[in-house]
Amino acid sequence: MSTTRFESTDRYIATADLSMAINAAITLGRPLLIKGEPGTGKTQLALEVASALDRPIFEWHVKSTSKAQQGLYEYDAVSRLRDSQLGDPKVADIRNYIVRGKLWESFDSEVQPVLLIDEIDKADIEFPNDLLRELDRMEFYVYETRELVKARHRPIIIITSNNEKELPDAFLRRCFFHYIRFPDADTMAEIVAVHYPNLKRELLSEALAALYRVRETPGLKKKPSTSELLDWIKLLLAEDIPPESLRSDDPKKAIPPLYGALLKNEQDVHLFEQLIFLNRRAR
Amino acid sequence: MLIRFFFDLRAAGVPVSITEFLSLLQALEARIAFCSAEEFYWLARLALVKDERHFDRFDRVFAEHFAGAERLFEKIVAEVPAEWLQMMAERLFTEEERAKAQALGSWDKLLETLRDRLREQKERHSGGNKWIGTGGTSPFGSGGYNPEGIRIGSEGARQRRAVKVWESREYRNFDDRRELGTRNIKMALRKLRRFARQGAADELDLDGTIDATARNAGWLDLKLRPERRNAVKVLLLLDVGGSMDDHIRLCEELFSAARSEFKHLEYFYFHNFIYETLWKDNRRRHAEKTATFDLLRGFNPDYRVIFVGDAAMSPYEIMQPGGSVEHWNPEAGVEWMQRFTAHFPRLVWLNPTPEQQWDWTPSIRITQQLVGERMFPTTLEGLDRAIAALRRKSAQ
Repeated sequence: MSTTRFESTDRYIATADLSMAINAAITLGRPLLIKGEPGTGKTQLALEVASALDRPIFEWHVKSTSKAQQGLYEYDAVSRLRDSQLGDPKVADIRNYIVRGKLWESFDSEVQPVLLIDEIDKADIEFPNDLLRELDRMEFYVYETRELVKARHRPIIIITSNNEKELPDAFLRRCFFHYIRFPDADTMAEIVAVHYPNLKRELLSEALAALYRVRETPGLKKKPSTSELLDWIKLLLAEDIPPESLRSDDPKKAIPPLYGALLKNEQDVHLFEQLIFLNRRAR
Repeated sequence: MLIRFFFDLRAAGVPVSITEFLSLLQALEARIAFCSAEEFYWLARLALVKDERHFDRFDRVFAEHFAGAERLFEKIVAEVPAEWLQMMAERLFTEEERAKAQALGSWDKLLETLRDRLREQKERHSGGNKWIGTGGTSPFGSGGYNPEGIRIGSEGARQRRAVKVWESREYRNFDDRRELGTRNIKMALRKLRRFARQGAADELDLDGTIDATARNAGWLDLKLRPERRNAVKVLLLLDVGGSMDDHIRLCEELFSAARSEFKHLEYFYFHNFIYETLWKDNRRRHAEKTATFDLLRGFNPDYRVIFVGDAAMSPYEIMQPGGSVEHWNPEAGVEWMQRFTAHFPRLVWLNPTPEQQWDWTPSIRITQQLVGERMFPTTLEGLDRAIAALRRKSAQ
């Protein structure tokens, strides 16, 4: 059993179930698939795991055009062709033209690294299927040089997804899965305390109350989450807004100041304003 | 004990496989969770459940297995709110039953039956039977439905915090038994793809370059070619409002799946049936309209047309001029539909209502004939048939 264990750090609050998920993934050498609302710190998690355990991190940010092969290696045929035209001696060795991808780099690391595969759902629908063997056996074959690349140490693989596409079953079978729930008020207070240690208690409780009130508005397209709250508190501090103005019982101030940090699309702002207006009339 | 748990999970509709079960055992062996029910719960969920939509089902099975004798339903609310009943009815009765009941106008009676069933269930519970059984005798058994809202949980003070986690069922909202996920829709739509190289030559043609270089006695001769793109063009026409409100979710999914699959995707909205105008923005539908004639002129016949609508309306709305529920339409909907079928040889109608109900509604039958029997249900299998129909030109 590995001696490394991940706990909350002074910059990142991991709930008990999240720490357990990471420790299980590390111990059994399984990739950990993390889902959750945008802004609940999925990507941040990998960075924190790496820094807490003092491991190198390799980040592979997946885009809609990403191919699984790019994570392994790419054969740069064009520059080899050009070099051959110029009579460059390095052309004889094909290895000079194999460009390593993030997965290979992490396989080659001296100590057990952390590999972040960020937003895997952005890629083509077949992308996860192309990585099955690599994630399972932690090895792949380079056809050009006829060499088998094996991981020196099974990397700690953390995969994030925003649920834009459903992932294939065969892929899911190989992963552990954790869903980062939106934190409850106590955890949220801890998180804010970690980021803004000197925050006044009243402002914090008012801000949290306002946040949960906004989140409870039915039909919001994008609910504000942790990262939005942190941004908003930063703004409140910068503008020096007094905590009293966040209180909801004052009808004129029912819409929280600087709400632009919390609500990210105009339909939501509109909806929220409408509801506030209706509430006021009902009084 | 764990093996029975495994099979109950499968029976409850959580797709667990043997590999996952083995990895749970492996993790237990590695002492990742030790001496704590809560840790065991997290570990089991981590290893066995791969989708937050299944968390709720997992929670229920877990509660059943590990909470022991003191579990479940010590208290049940006496009066069941009407919305809950409505929701339950939607889950408990098949589509067919509902259609029949609705046709007979006895929806109230149906609710009454349901109320009776619930009452009976309550009595049986006090007799000692399980509310959520696994043997299949209870209508709320693991093979079937989610008794949403009815499940209150016990209010007795529990000492161990662990029990709370799965008893609170925080993932209830994620549980939906959709037949058609976005992934499924996309996989089905993929069959419609037809690749062609068009546009600017900006991709290196490796084979072409090698060939040309060889012919050029070894001097490099780069060849470029256009990127391969999906050349299929799709025109999506969506019914909005009224009876379609029930299917909004499905339409959104279909739309988002189609949008990312096809480069050339155009969409318009209509209400109930197509008349002389369509619109693109539902909020400004009265301000910004597109004349259907312009649409027929502007889009080539090589567009594939997909109508999405339940086609449930009064037959007058199709057959008569001025039949529209919203405005005075000088020409009947049927004429517009004939123009569409004549202009676009590849055309289908997707209907979110179940196929068995189609015969109950005259307007669906009429529409079905108008589109040349190319109406399909929005199930995976129906979508497959629709795509197949879109691939071949109509016989008309």
